[in-house]
Amino acid sequence: MIEDRKPRIATVSLAGCFGCHMALLDIDERLMALMKLVEFDRSPLTDIKTFTRRCDIGIIEGGCCNEENVEVLREFRRHCDVLVAIGQCAIMGGLPAMRNAIMHSDAALRECLEEAYITGPYIRNTGHAIPNDPALPLLLDKVYPCSDVVEIDHQIPGCAPSGDIIFAALTGLLSGKFRGFDPHLIRFD
Amino acid sequence: MMDILRAVQDRNRWISPESLEVIAERTGLTRIQVEGVASFYSFFSLTPKGRVTIRLCDDIIDRFAGMEEVAAALEEALGIRMGETSRDGAFSLDRTPCIGLCDQAPAAMINDVVVTNLTPDRARSIAAALRAGTPPEEVALPGCGGLTPAERVQRMVAGNVRHAGASLLGPVPAEAGLRKALEMTPAQIIDTVEASGLRGCGGAGFVTGRKWRFAAAEPADRRFVICNADEGEPGTFKDRVLLVERPHLLIEGMTIAARAVGAAEGILYLRGEYAFLRDHLQVVIDDRRAKGQLGQGIGGVPGFDFDLRIQMGAGAYICGEEGALISSCEGLPGEPKTRPPFPVNRGYLGFPTVVNNVETFCHAARILDRGAAWFHAMGTEGSHGTKLFSVSGDCLNPGVYELPYGLELAELLRLVGGEDAAAVLVGGPSGTMVDRANFHRRLTFDDLATGGAVIVFSPRRNLLEIVEYYLSFFVHESCGYCTPCRVGNVFLQQAIGKFRRGLANPEDVEYLRDLSQTIIETSRCGLGQTSPRPVLTTLDNFPLIYSAVIKPSSDRVRASFDVQSAIDTARKLAKRRSYIFDRDFGE
Repeated sequence: MIEDRKPRIATVSLAGCFGCHMALLDIDERLMALMKLVEFDRSPLTDIKTFTRRCDIGIIEGGCCNEENVEVLREFRRHCDVLVAIGQCAIMGGLPAMRNAIMHSDAALRECLEEAYITGPYIRNTGHAIPNDPALPLLLDKVYPCSDVVEIDHQIPGCAPSGDIIFAALTGLLSGKFRGFDPHLIRFD
Repeated sequence: MMDILRAVQDRNRWISPESLEVIAERTGLTRIQVEGVASFYSFFSLTPKGRVTIRLCDDIIDRFAGMEEVAAALEEALGIRMGETSRDGAFSLDRTPCIGLCDQAPAAMINDVVVTNLTPDRARSIAAALRAGTPPEEVALPGCGGLTPAERVQRMVAGNVRHAGASLLGPVPAEAGLRKALEMTPAQIIDTVEASGLRGCGGAGFVTGRKWRFAAAEPADRRFVICNADEGEPGTFKDRVLLVERPHLLIEGMTIAARAVGAAEGILYLRGEYAFLRDHLQVVIDDRRAKGQLGQGIGGVPGFDFDLRIQMGAGAYICGEEGALISSCEGLPGEPKTRPPFPVNRGYLGFPTVVNNVETFCHAARILDRGAAWFHAMGTEGSHGTKLFSVSGDCLNPGVYELPYGLELAELLRLVGGEDAAAVLVGGPSGTMVDRANFHRRLTFDDLATGGAVIVFSPRRNLLEIVEYYLSFFVHESCGYCTPCRVGNVFLQQAIGKFRRGLANPEDVEYLRDLSQTIIETSRCGLGQTSPRPVLTTLDNFPLIYSAVIKPSSDRVRASFDVQSAIDTARKLAKRRSYIFDRDFGE
């Protein structure tokens, strides 16, 4: 039985900067048109924090740098029909993955945290300690792109992708016509 | 440079920072240039090695032949692990890729000599003898002191010539080819070799006569003839047999090539693993010099001067690539050169250079003796003459077979006693893994091409393990110049690892193909252009071994991502358990 309802979209920012969500808002007045077509479910835009029903499209910003990212991403995979990774961080790890470059170390994660909180030349951390509140999710050994953790259906590259590209991809997906981008749209050189 | 480094390595058992300084000063290079060369080759060490270095051959054939047990026995007997040097500086223990003794695996090098057909017991007695101060040569071949170098190499290593063909391994009259060449003009020699249809026997199969013609046509003051005796393709050991059994024929062939192209200087580039053949070959060269078959006015022909030297390699597979081999002769890291210019135009030191395989030179000498038509009549159209096949793996009679081109693989398997094979790797890892349904294919340049390696695998063998092994080999041997080869092969190996652990998705097959294609299309030399072949040819010919281990996931969450191991470091750093992934968190 086909439900007569608007398609539902969920979004989340994992290890990202929210820039891709800003880019989503950059589709400007076309948001009105989009809202006529769809309904936003779990998303920072609606402040709905858990899935209560299945969604059609899940939009992922950012890669996975901690255990919570993994958990949330897996939840998105289980609750969304189509997952779209937007932006370099979701696709490749992006800026946060710079810490993966600390390769030739036996204790890369500790080195990274120590430099960030204790030994770095511009650090003003009066406690001289690495934050360790029980509520803080544990970090992963390195930053993983989303496609390492779950299967991703589509990727929209860019940092951040332009509002035009996002709008074109979303409307294409909604009409069932999205088959990837023309090469000239995702070329940067 | 290679000779200097080798001498320092042999004397001091390592190349110390002080040595690098001294070498740089004396050669007028910078220290970093010298270090660049020294660090490139496996057999040069920038850390102290033991007085006796044992290098176990880590080829997949040796593993299947019980190499791990031998390794364990050696580790126990010497009290050191693989890759370590004992505290007293007496022993080092290492693994090394194929040393060209797959027909008598497991094998090992002890300094410059080799021991074969190892068992854990034999390994223990070797370790005990070495501990007692017996020189490695005595351990490898008791009583070797009274033998000539030729006798030594023949007794140290079994020849395993199983089938002698018409050209090389049958009776060969001495110097017959050279005698005829002396009566011919260089152009006639080239015409004869070209008319015979002889193609390079190292693997690439370039028409030999044409190569000589190009080198001869290039205007130059000096020209070189180089023999590529760096057979590093795992499973290849035919050149070893020729170097032992037919050294005069080889140098005769090089001398003929020198006459054809007008070269006065030659190099025999011998792979570091074949150091045990060096003395033997040097005796042959000296002998020929004494007889006037090398040197000035060869055979009494005024103006026909040719002499050669042996250049030792130092454990780098890539140096079998002719550009890399020339780099190595020039004292540089063994990195391939950009082509064009081709070596025949600008090779060694920028002069026209003919680089041919050992077997190619030997055939050339025979062709001059017996004539182009004789050679052309053997084999099939496009693949003329005979070919040495070095057969190893799961068969009754591993060894070298000289047979005319065009034989069906199945016929060869019957000869070697390998009829129950499930898979045969023709041409080594850069070649083709052939399944039973294709055993009717023929051994020619146009069907199943091979530089000589034929490796037989019985149905008991795990093909994915074999593929993963060969990828690790290419990862180790990539010179690192091209990123797709340096990094891509690591990714390929990891992806195959995923299949082996049962964590692969259906789409990973596409990934394997895509990545393989990228590596092939974007690498500069033959290593990267062929390294994905173990993956591609097994995907084509053995699709079931992949599909059998693929598990589509029901919830589209990747099984290959192991969150427990990913958070383990942080768990230890933070000294607390995961709120999300440790179920007993509350307890």
